[in-house]
Amino acid sequence: MRVVKLPKKKLSPFLEIITEKTALWAPIRKDNGSHVFKEIEDFSKIDLDFTRTILPPKKIFLPPSFTMFKAGKKKYKEDFSHVSPRILFGVHPCDIHGLLIMDRFYSHIFDDPYYTKARENTLILGHSCWPDENCLCISTNTHIVDEGYDLFFTDLEDFYLVWIGSSRGDDLIRAKPDLFEENIADKDIQNFIQWREERDMAFQTEINFSAMADLMELKYSDILWEKLGDACMACGSCSNVCPTCNCYNVLDKPALSEDSSEIVRCWDACTLENYSEVAGGENFREKRSDRLKLWYTHKLQAYISKYGRPACVGCGRCIATCPVDINIKTVSHALDGEPVDSFWNRFHQEVKK
Amino acid sequence: MEISQINPFLPEPARIVRMYPLTQDVKFFQVRIAEMEKALSFKYRAGQFAMVSVLGAGEAPFSISSTPSRPGLLEFCIRKVGVVTEALFKLRENDLIGLRGPYGNGFPVAKIQGKDVLIVMGGLGAAPLRSVLLYCLDNRDRFRRVILLHGAKNPSEMIFREEFLALKEREDLECHLSVDRDDTGKWTENIGVVTTLFEKIKDIDPENTFSLVCGPPVMYKFVLKELVKLNIPKDQILMTLERRMKCGVGKCGHCAIDYIYTCLDGPVFTYWDVIHMRELI
Repeated sequence: MRVVKLPKKKLSPFLEIITEKTALWAPIRKDNGSHVFKEIEDFSKIDLDFTRTILPPKKIFLPPSFTMFKAGKKKYKEDFSHVSPRILFGVHPCDIHGLLIMDRFYSHIFDDPYYTKARENTLILGHSCWPDENCLCISTNTHIVDEGYDLFFTDLEDFYLVWIGSSRGDDLIRAKPDLFEENIADKDIQNFIQWREERDMAFQTEINFSAMADLMELKYSDILWEKLGDACMACGSCSNVCPTCNCYNVLDKPALSEDSSEIVRCWDACTLENYSEVAGGENFREKRSDRLKLWYTHKLQAYISKYGRPACVGCGRCIATCPVDINIKTVSHALDGEPVDSFWNRFHQEVKK
Repeated sequence: MEISQINPFLPEPARIVRMYPLTQDVKFFQVRIAEMEKALSFKYRAGQFAMVSVLGAGEAPFSISSTPSRPGLLEFCIRKVGVVTEALFKLRENDLIGLRGPYGNGFPVAKIQGKDVLIVMGGLGAAPLRSVLLYCLDNRDRFRRVILLHGAKNPSEMIFREEFLALKEREDLECHLSVDRDDTGKWTENIGVVTTLFEKIKDIDPENTFSLVCGPPVMYKFVLKELVKLNIPKDQILMTLERRMKCGVGKCGHCAIDYIYTCLDGPVFTYWDVIHMRELI
């Protein structure tokens, strides 16, 4: 891998050159203070001072709702209008890992063209970050990345170290090579080492994820699931914000006047009530506790058993989002035997009032 | 935008060749993929399923009831229970539907060859198991004993009643049929739940028997007990299970059980899988 140096004031000129013909998506700050990935028209709107966006970048590859087919009586026409060439800037390491997990999933046995086409058409420009109290990526080992991006920008005060991760990333650099410095001085390297050490020290929570698969198995019938189920509002927010949640539903939307229909694919969540219901009304997971258990089986057991790592990238979105504090941190703590009843009992009483 | 060569979600137009009622709410559909070459090259295994779609109504998974030993036509028996099946029931012969597949693991037919086959079906469980039954009968010399136990609520609700009654004539098949109640007064076979048929089968060689089971959830508990009593090993008891297979290709997540997808790793599971994975039945 090649690394080059970019003085900070040259970032904007660089972004302008590479996005002359390609749309740029980057984080912007909303009025309420939260950040979202958005298509950028005005470069001054880009705000890199954020910990996490509300939704992970999965929304760019598979939008919350999009058309798969326009269908007539005899013919289905594929619709790839959600796919277009894009440069996605400001992606944090956890979200790059989220995409790597999605890559594996959507190419497993059958290739999902709606995802892979969008992925092939998008260049990923990663950006370093600083953890807040909800970041867990050091525990999931997703605080560093060495694949899954085209360029990665490590922010070191007045310059960036730019890691070139792909041939296409290299082409971007070559569009205007004189913006970059090839020589990285010893002082710069020292700077980087110090930044990394301080960053790693800044994490406030650690979870031993390697133990979770066994704990999930041992605590399959534990009362903690009933308590979680009691508190859960089955709103599906944890799935919407999770970078590795991939469930979707397909709806057939017929046109009223003619023999045609749009086959629409939209996000779904295994925590929603009718997720496992089959025609005729049989629901294999009527209980909220059973559906939550499936969610956590996916994150903390299934993926660990298959690939040796959790399907959690430590982004902290479920922690920031769940209205009743059911998240990867509290559930892991509960599995680890820490008393969590106090919170859920309290919540239960508050609701009763 | 360049169009993909292979889109696993793209249905193939197929024509309804024949359709007729099997019971009051179950219809039999015989279907042929419109493009002749594709119709003949559609290869599947007994126990696999296909996604069937009706424009404007949606798509749903159905077990294939025909046998791969008779290529060209695909058969389904479909109960009217939801939006897609209601739309299917309104169609007529020669109408077009969408079809994609086959999906799922199907029965491990190569493993079962040379063994005794004990098929136990209840109600609509006949839909997937008819495929393997006909396959065994079409390749009769490849299997030892073939035994069929089929139970229904009453004669008018017995799927493939006439077909199975006719099979009683065959000397190379032990065919036992039963109904919970006789609403016709003309039923000459056994009356009682399907487990009462176990009395009729003698001299089971458990180590060399594969049992294939499908029926409503309540049936499994009792049938499994009988099979275990016969000492059939748990990994030779195979069942095919229903889940909400929405995409068929392991992407949409709806058929997840524990950490497997029914559409990829199922719908055929062993009794050991059921004990091991807990959520199965």
